[in-house]
Amino acid sequence: MPDGAGTAFVRIAGLKRYFDVSAPWLVRTIEGRPRQIVQAVDGIDIEIAKGETFSLVGESGCGKSTVARLVVGLYPPTAGSIEFDGNDMAARHSRADMAALRRRMQMIFQDPFASLNPRWRVFDIIAEPIRAFGLSKDKADLEKRVGDLLRQVRLAPVDGRKFPHEFSGGQRQRISIARALASQPEFLVCDEPTSALDVSVQAQILNLMVDLQRRFGLTYLFISHNLAVVYHISTRVGVMYLGRLVEVAPTETLFTRPKHPYTRMLLDTIPDLDMTGRQRTPVAGEVPSPINPPSGCTFHPRCPFANDRCKAERPAPLAIEGGTVTCHAIEEGRLPIEDRVYVANS
Amino acid sequence: MMATPSNNPPLLEVKNLRVEFPTRRGTLLAVDDVSFDIAPGEVLGVVGESGAGKSLTGNAIIGLLEPPGRIAGGEIRLEGRRIDNLPYEEMRKVRGARIGAIFQDPLTSLNPLYSVGRQLIETIQTHLRLSAAAARTRALDLLKEVGIPGAETRIDHYPHQFSGGMRQRVVIALALCAGPRLIVADEPTTALDVSIQAQIIALLKRLCREHGTAVMLVTHDMGVIAETADRVAVMYAGRIAEIGPVRDVVKHAKHPYTKGLMGSIPSLGVRTERLTQIDGAMPRLTEIPDGCAFNPRCTERGARCLVERPNLMAAGTSRAACWLHDRGGVGTPIAKETVDA
Repeated sequence: MPDGAGTAFVRIAGLKRYFDVSAPWLVRTIEGRPRQIVQAVDGIDIEIAKGETFSLVGESGCGKSTVARLVVGLYPPTAGSIEFDGNDMAARHSRADMAALRRRMQMIFQDPFASLNPRWRVFDIIAEPIRAFGLSKDKADLEKRVGDLLRQVRLAPVDGRKFPHEFSGGQRQRISIARALASQPEFLVCDEPTSALDVSVQAQILNLMVDLQRRFGLTYLFISHNLAVVYHISTRVGVMYLGRLVEVAPTETLFTRPKHPYTRMLLDTIPDLDMTGRQRTPVAGEVPSPINPPSGCTFHPRCPFANDRCKAERPAPLAIEGGTVTCHAIEEGRLPIEDRVYVANS
Repeated sequence: MMATPSNNPPLLEVKNLRVEFPTRRGTLLAVDDVSFDIAPGEVLGVVGESGAGKSLTGNAIIGLLEPPGRIAGGEIRLEGRRIDNLPYEEMRKVRGARIGAIFQDPLTSLNPLYSVGRQLIETIQTHLRLSAAAARTRALDLLKEVGIPGAETRIDHYPHQFSGGMRQRVVIALALCAGPRLIVADEPTTALDVSIQAQIIALLKRLCREHGTAVMLVTHDMGVIAETADRVAVMYAGRIAEIGPVRDVVKHAKHPYTKGLMGSIPSLGVRTERLTQIDGAMPRLTEIPDGCAFNPRCTERGARCLVERPNLMAAGTSRAACWLHDRGGVGTPIAKETVDA
């Protein structure tokens, strides 16, 4: 269960990551320009239970990919902590301990064209994590392992002799998944794994991910901007806006009883096949710059329910219906929670 | 509002269009015998996976095929006039004036060195005989029409000062400069966030309704099509697999490929264990199988599908290129190969 203490497999607390995007020092001094800091991730708490799929959704620039990179350690956090199976990732670990932790988490990237080395054969790409962590005894064992991995992602062992350019986008994403599975991880961070793919291929990859999760008991942190995909694959969903989590809820609750005005807005804007002929209400405004985020609740300039308190005071997360929501209007009961009804696709 | 192609003469007629690419290893047929028409004020959606030939069809219509790609056969008529064989300079006058184009990435469609106003005015003066002052007024009106707040000051801004959604609005304003009869929009919302996507779609629909402009909307996003288009053409391996009213194609697909495609789209409201998946991938242009191009992935194929290529035939209110809808049927059923690699 998500809330019980000690049961969380991955615990992210008060996570922040700021990027300095200022002009060079000399230019700043001469032109009198201030430092500019992007608050890409601004205080996020997430607990992920073992075996679940936790998804982060949001529009581009909301910091969801930064969270993914922070979790696997590709960026050091500015503040906050990441605990993986009870181990604080920032604490001092011996090299061997760190490698043992690293082995247990892997990442799948968005672009299967950029994430595979074009000069390496597929066999070497998949064998790299096995070699790096010293997981195989000899060459025969290595070959067997890579062959098994290729078969698990529905490719053939002979494909290992080919180069990445000989494969289609969907097949390359399978190779990325095979590489991520090579070190026998327990936790996979998937950053938009299907958004570069066609829908029919996306369905293949999503089905494969569900199969693998069941087979190996994997835990996923799934990053996506596609709400329909998130609805399909997740156990729980976190909605991000400008570096902050505005709502976390079990998938079914989030989609049937959305609470935060931003979540409602996002749900209103998804083009859905069932809406043929129905008028969508486009929402005015755009995501503000994370360099100068609005005061108080960062969503207030676009929010139809905002009042003076929303402009001044940053809302705190409020536990509600098995999730949390960060909104003054919900907390004060100004904004009633309504059920959303979906027409089932026949 | 719904355009019925039968009682209006079509605005755009595409007949047996073939686009080919000569390569060292022979000629590749990227668009093979594609025919459709668009009525005035109608929105025709063209969907398909990458490599299906949807963008090439759009580019052939606006006369912007990248060499060595070329139109190898068939004809394209706009308002009855043949435009596929026009000399370059002639086609330039048609493009912009009669046909507007919107591309996926608004940043590459705009010149970063000129203010948006200057680009709009240049386009207006190229196609319409207007004084500089009148052209500027028209440019301002266009910017207001596509919903750019503070158009009076924004007109002198440069593309980098606009956000993605606002840039796409500027591109739409550019396409509308000369009051075209047809707009070819190639993935106009793909580079945008969902909330902005909704704004742009609403804008396109409104402009289309108010000006009676027809739109050929090329996209891979079935959701966008379902909301915007009157009719939809589904392309597969360079051919149209199915074409018909959007509701029928989405809800009652006739071609097995369309059925699979619809099933593979995750949908809100119904949570299934597994998505329907079409095994395998679309064949490369060099490896298009004999008979129906979809046959290796098809669950309903028969002996006839392996040898004979189906053309579009009536299937309810739509037309589908599938022998299932022919009186002769598909012949002896053949189990689908297990294609995974």
